[in-house]
Amino acid sequence: MSQSLTSLPPYAGPVEKAWYVIFRVICAFVFLFLIAPILIIIPLSFNAVPYFTFTSEMLAFDPAGYSTRWYEMFLTDDRWMNSVKNSIIVAFFATLLATFLGTLAALGLSRSHMPARTFFMSVLISPMIVPLIITAAGIYFFYATVGLTDSLLGIILAHTALGTPFVVITVTATLIGFDQSLTRASAMLGASPSTTFFKVIMPLILPGVISGALFAFVTSFDEVVVVLFIALNPEEYTIPRQMWSGIREQISPAILAVATCLIGLSIALMTVIELLRRRSERLRGMTPQ
Amino acid sequence: MAQATVDELQGLTTADGTPLRQALHRAERRAKVRAFLLVAPLLVFLTVTFIYPIAQMLFRSVHDATIVELLPRTAEAFPAWEDRTQLPPESVFAAFAADLKETRENRTIGQVATRVNFEEGGLRSTFTRTARHIDDVEDPPSWRDWLIEDNADWGKLDTWAVLERLSHPINALQYLAAVDLEYNTQGEVVAVPPERQIYVPIFVRTLWMSLLVTGMTLLLGYPIAYFLATLPLRTSNLLMIMVLLPFWTSLLVRTTSWIVILGTEGVLNDILVWAGILSDEGRIQLIYNQTGTVIAMTQILLPFMVLPLYSVMKTISPSYMRAAMSLGAPRFLAFWRVYAPNTLPGVGAGALLVFILSIGYYITPALVGGRTGQMISNFIAFHMQSSLNWGLAAALGGILLAGVLILYALYNRLVGVEKLSLG
Repeated sequence: MSQSLTSLPPYAGPVEKAWYVIFRVICAFVFLFLIAPILIIIPLSFNAVPYFTFTSEMLAFDPAGYSTRWYEMFLTDDRWMNSVKNSIIVAFFATLLATFLGTLAALGLSRSHMPARTFFMSVLISPMIVPLIITAAGIYFFYATVGLTDSLLGIILAHTALGTPFVVITVTATLIGFDQSLTRASAMLGASPSTTFFKVIMPLILPGVISGALFAFVTSFDEVVVVLFIALNPEEYTIPRQMWSGIREQISPAILAVATCLIGLSIALMTVIELLRRRSERLRGMTPQ
Repeated sequence: MAQATVDELQGLTTADGTPLRQALHRAERRAKVRAFLLVAPLLVFLTVTFIYPIAQMLFRSVHDATIVELLPRTAEAFPAWEDRTQLPPESVFAAFAADLKETRENRTIGQVATRVNFEEGGLRSTFTRTARHIDDVEDPPSWRDWLIEDNADWGKLDTWAVLERLSHPINALQYLAAVDLEYNTQGEVVAVPPERQIYVPIFVRTLWMSLLVTGMTLLLGYPIAYFLATLPLRTSNLLMIMVLLPFWTSLLVRTTSWIVILGTEGVLNDILVWAGILSDEGRIQLIYNQTGTVIAMTQILLPFMVLPLYSVMKTISPSYMRAAMSLGAPRFLAFWRVYAPNTLPGVGAGALLVFILSIGYYITPALVGGRTGQMISNFIAFHMQSSLNWGLAAALGGILLAGVLILYALYNRLVGVEKLSLG
């Protein structure tokens, strides 16, 4: 029914027909602008020569123009592998902490008795808004005084702070449609608060918790500014930090191979989030509003 | 059902005899405390790891005890300097000479010289040289004459004025420097000469680039948000992937791809040369400058514009436009007068969010900005990591943060923090 706005009515005049075509062409270009930079990386990462552009062999689809050497380079380089290990450790623990703290806070914020809700909410969301350079500078001085620079623990704590807003937002969003009478019903039927939480609340907010966790994971996995300031020893470099050095110092197509792997990861995460969002919408439709 | 009046309520009690009103109050207070206790762990965590470190960092912008700590006698003697049109009295010179000897012994002269040099370029060597010479001097008849003879800078009013201003641990000197102001010889605050102005032009450039990025994302994002919102759900869900994938893709990956595309030997230049639009020698420099930065930032921030626009457009009933058109409005007029005004909340939300995110942008300008695309964040990083002028970095950061927080408050007021769209 809503398609009547973009589909063309049979009585459309030539101007409208032309505009209809032009509008679609414009949209196609914008979509291309959004997606091309991501897709172009993938074939280039299979380049046989260390250039960042398509060689004539590649354009002729000559197998000799393609190779997996940059992937081999990535997978056999100690520095890259170390950064993968660090990124996974940091992102895992930061996600765990951020999800725990963020979910608790979201549960509190969603209670009708929460005092000064808007104020606290904006404080808890602020790590997302404050420019990263300011956060990084603050953490740099603070860590220098408490001795957390050059440690994975320091990076984990910083990334937890940066990841919590996403958990707070997604879980609060799932709780907006949450029917409070369910908890009352559960209590009335004799369930303890913890039983109510795990058997009634948790299953309903789980999609929000998981998407929040994934957002927190990606935030940590992608964050480079704070790491630039507090990880001064290459031992603590994460993937983005290693990419940063790669782009700034010795630019090599191995970066494109890493980038392609990261794109694969984002596609996987995006799919999970999309499925969760739909499940959550379905579930919400089932509970009485 | 009759409502109980206040008087009646006051007479009521619970089973154990407490007045109902009091019991209700207590229950509500308990509920409030419980809700707050759930929020408290995160609040404490953020206070320790996020809010306190930033506050401490910002404190550096107004607090600097270098001179008071390292030249304590001089700082104490300065109040005796009353007539600021004359050089300070001998007591100040003598105190300074004693302090200078001590900084030489404690090897702290470097810190003093660096701090003074940030304020007045060139004074570093004046301090270090005199400190080297002063070692073997024992009580000359006048320290004042000795110092002036050692280096003519000590006979300048300016040198002493700088030192006096720095001897106050709490001062606004860094903020003055951050907005290209300085003290003149008469002690008045004046603008620095245009050729030495650095930060005001950078702030202006940062605002200009952010506006440009916001404008570009709106220009590109509006049509596709409209397109997505009016398509059947199945198709729009599919196309939505094109918006969400960039949103989920690592920032460094996207910046790398822009280097690959826009470089002089990159894909775009290759295509243009191949198509005969450019000659091989005429390849255009699209990256490592402002143009490249704005292009890359537009693509990176575009999803933050499209998503709020889309969610607002989704709620606009198509019957509004149909009603306008059936009343005789041409399609464009109906769109402009009926549909577009309804999308304003989305435009506001998207534009504010993109603007907030772009004025603090660091990574993309740092990697592809070259000389002309550097923004204020990059200068903060420079003073943090290279020049080590932390006070100035803190002052620049303080100004940036104030701007962002004002915009954030505006966002909260106009859009509501709980509506921050995450796709």
